[in-house]
Amino acid sequence: MRATLWGTRGSLATPGPETVRYGGNTSCVEVEGANGTVLILDAGTGIRRLGATVGPDVGRIDLLLTHLHMDHIQGLGFFRPLDEPGQEVHIWGPPSTTLDLRARLSRYLSPPLFPVRLLDLPCRLTLHDVPLGEFEIGGLKILAALVCHPGPTVGYRISEGGVSIAYIPDHEPALGATRFPDNPDWISGFDLAQGADLLIHDSQYNAVEYPRHVGWGHSAMAHTLAFAAKAQVKRLVTFHHDPAHDDAALDRIIDEARGSADLPFELIAGTEGARFDLGPRTASARPTK
Amino acid sequence: MWDAGMPQKAVEIILMRQLASYLAMPIMLFDPTGNLLFYNEPAEAILGRRFDETGEIPFEELYTLIELTAEDGSPIPFEARALVVALQKRQAAHRTSWLLKPDGSRRKMEATAFPLEGQGGRHLGAVVIAWEADQP
Repeated sequence: MRATLWGTRGSLATPGPETVRYGGNTSCVEVEGANGTVLILDAGTGIRRLGATVGPDVGRIDLLLTHLHMDHIQGLGFFRPLDEPGQEVHIWGPPSTTLDLRARLSRYLSPPLFPVRLLDLPCRLTLHDVPLGEFEIGGLKILAALVCHPGPTVGYRISEGGVSIAYIPDHEPALGATRFPDNPDWISGFDLAQGADLLIHDSQYNAVEYPRHVGWGHSAMAHTLAFAAKAQVKRLVTFHHDPAHDDAALDRIIDEARGSADLPFELIAGTEGARFDLGPRTASARPTK
Repeated sequence: MWDAGMPQKAVEIILMRQLASYLAMPIMLFDPTGNLLFYNEPAEAILGRRFDETGEIPFEELYTLIELTAEDGSPIPFEARALVVALQKRQAAHRTSWLLKPDGSRRKMEATAFPLEGQGGRHLGAVVIAWEADQP
């Protein structure tokens, strides 16, 4: 299994010379299974570049949305495979309590916000209300669970051949907790992350910023580190960087995190373009660029 | 207390506990089978126990701790209890009853229970809000 980060920024795309190292595109991660199965996690602005690498040899694309905040769907209208006649695309995401995924996505993919309607896309598009629990796509085992973030939001755990990736880009597990981290069964997202080989997790704020943003659905770095340690992950990738954090600020935050404790996992700053190979992997079903 | 076999709580349950821990009226949080998952500090006075000491309380044990009766001392039928209505019929319910407290006194109690229904038709349990009737 291979994971590639195509967008690591949170909230708002933040291009510019001051963010060029960690990247300015919003959330998008590609996961490729050993047999060539392609999963895309979220459709932030990073998905536009990813779309350019997807050739006609990819028979089916599954796009798994964690939620429908704009920074996670804004790239959808610019994902080239959606414009390919006959391309099979499945979009999975959480429904609301009253609207299914199609109705919710159509609020964005329709005039006046976007000129093309969802139903006018030429690809073979299927929308799925994501099941809460386990399901399988192309040999990849997926666990989806609601996590603590405003509005219906899920995190994903993807497993194959004994290795697993947990993806929880927008998550505030410490919200309201009198003790954090407490017993694992009372921690939002714990089952998704437990023992993961790679955890990609929200780390939007530093310790000074978090108190002003309690309840906004994002984590302070200290909470992310504590969550990852409790879950006994092997590697933690920080994610959903605050738009106000330029490369120098992110360098400082990561340096402080590494110096704050003897971390029981490898801490990796989420960087656009980074690629992680996990476990045995056969030849790629499609070329990479 | 937590052990590795305990299932992950749904996020709605986690958020409900967090809200309850900040509120000043007694709140008890139950799973679909009636096990007491959490009770806040004001509810500790009713149960005569501290959550930090007991952790979750199984259904069977809970009913050795709480004795609810009608005003004349007769037992309240199981299916008439507010919690049971919320869990079994998935309806909100309100009941007045008398509670034999751990110190031996009998107190008139009001209890409101409502079911917790999650997305996708998931029945997550119920919440009971209780207070002594003679208190403001």
